[in-house]
Amino acid sequence: MSTVRERSLPGSAGRSPARRMVQAPSRRPPRRDPGRAGPWPYLLIAPAVLGMLYLLVYPLVRAVLISFQDFRLRQLIVGDAEFVGLRNYRTLLSDPQFWEVVRRTFLFMAVDVVVIMALSTLVSLMVERLGRIVRTLVLSSLVLVWAVPVVAATTVFQWLFHSEFGIVNETLTGLGLSSFESYPWFAHGGTAFTIVVVLIVWQSVPFAAVTLYSALVTVPAELYESARMDGAGPVRIFRSVTFPLIRPIFMLVLSLEVIWTFKAFVQIWVMTRGGPGGATTILPVYAVQTALAGQRYDLGSAASMITVLLMSGVLVLYFRQLFRQEGEHL
Amino acid sequence: MRRLPLHLAATLTVAICLFPVYWMVSTAFKPSPDIQTYHPRLVPRRWTLEHFRTAVDADGFGLFWRNSVLVTLGAVLLALVVALGAAYAVARMRWRGRRQFMLAVFIAQMAPWESLIIPVYIISRDTGMLDRLPTLTLVYFMITLPFTVVVLRGFIAGIPPELEEAAQVDGCTRAAAFRKVALPLLAPGLMATSLFGFITAWNEFTYANFLIIKQQDSRTLPVWLSSFQSTFGTDWGATMAASTLFALPALIIFLALQRHVTAGLASGGVKG
Repeated sequence: MSTVRERSLPGSAGRSPARRMVQAPSRRPPRRDPGRAGPWPYLLIAPAVLGMLYLLVYPLVRAVLISFQDFRLRQLIVGDAEFVGLRNYRTLLSDPQFWEVVRRTFLFMAVDVVVIMALSTLVSLMVERLGRIVRTLVLSSLVLVWAVPVVAATTVFQWLFHSEFGIVNETLTGLGLSSFESYPWFAHGGTAFTIVVVLIVWQSVPFAAVTLYSALVTVPAELYESARMDGAGPVRIFRSVTFPLIRPIFMLVLSLEVIWTFKAFVQIWVMTRGGPGGATTILPVYAVQTALAGQRYDLGSAASMITVLLMSGVLVLYFRQLFRQEGEHL
Repeated sequence: MRRLPLHLAATLTVAICLFPVYWMVSTAFKPSPDIQTYHPRLVPRRWTLEHFRTAVDADGFGLFWRNSVLVTLGAVLLALVVALGAAYAVARMRWRGRRQFMLAVFIAQMAPWESLIIPVYIISRDTGMLDRLPTLTLVYFMITLPFTVVVLRGFIAGIPPELEEAAQVDGCTRAAAFRKVALPLLAPGLMATSLFGFITAWNEFTYANFLIIKQQDSRTLPVWLSSFQSTFGTDWGATMAASTLFALPALIIFLALQRHVTAGLASGGVKG
């Protein structure tokens, strides 16, 4: 990431200040002593800290508490919740249906992330090789997809896969696959799951591809030249030159996609509500269903906390990556 | 000729990216009989504005637009002001707890917002803030704040401190030096971050859906759109017209600021 910053910032900071900077050092005031910053930094971060405490830490603590309580509709209204220790966690972990949801969440995440990373790597490599005009065209389409609001995109996909008037069924039937005539995509678990995956991939590739492309442009051209002179083919060049250099950003994008697909909620909720027959219910959907539809706020909170714990495994990877890059700036 | 496969791939990428968007817009302009057909046509034979009229005349359309705009602008401005202060403190001053603060910001960026709905619901209810737009504004402000701090810190760190120091030597106060010298150079960074904040808040569905329950007049556009199909039965033309109108601001702003998007991305390395 730091290489990208060096490339992009001088441009965004403008040219003339850099020239003025040259004469600045001679009359520079003495550097401030670290201990003499006074109360200012603390006043400047105070609103951010207060916001994080009230809107993030406090709700998180409440969520943890609820997951250890007997908290149903009555307790929500009257507020006399009792602590029941690990009972909610025991209930969830001994429920085979919950394990089915966990298994499905990991499957959903794995399929999404593998497809997203493969496609966006290919797209970014392609964009790098394109001429200026075509490249602008492709990048603009990617950014356009990225900007389509999630709910709007989800509604459009429902329309594309509409059983009777949908363009997908019409196209497939037109190609001679007559079994797709009026095919009800959302009535079958497998096909509903597939459509949700396709939608998430379509929405996620733009960010991943644009980020990977911004990493690719930082690879010095001389490296490619010398690799080619040594007789390396395109696959070998990617494996030995390109990938090691974009690896930090690749890992960053990978961890982010893992986190985002693990938390996918809106697309599924709007499109299928977790159905049919629970075929698209992943952990976040399960937690909301349990809490708000089933009025088991305690079980819902426990399911959320398990989701958070599972995701922390990924977060550890993410932070190790982040600190390797950001450590020197902190 | 060697570049043919490359250009085929580029064409395919553009087509896959744009087709759903094209299909949304073109459906919105087709008369109903041309929509409810077993053989939809790629290019509309006839054009109509009828569906846009239906969508705009629908109950509360203007009100939900206003709500979305108010909540989004409020959250973005609040996040910008608060983050600018924090980012300046981190990038320009040395103080005890600086590393810990940045660590907290990085962790906050990963916050499991979907898991906090129940407690946020309870807290809002207990403070009488349920069904109110300021609640949504505050939640969206918090969701975008960590990202805004991280990106702005990157941009501020990229401006040489010598510039401000020179202005201070010339008699400016520290605040005036920042305002006159650094702030104009920060414009791209402010634009990139407010764009990300805008998209996040404009898009947000989950909290809007579960915190606005009784007071239907406080709903925002994403929630309205998700209930659109039941409101209009099977009126797909009106649904697509509403989706188009909802997506339009985001599309326009994103395309207009495209270059800053990539620059902001490069310096922040994270989506909001």
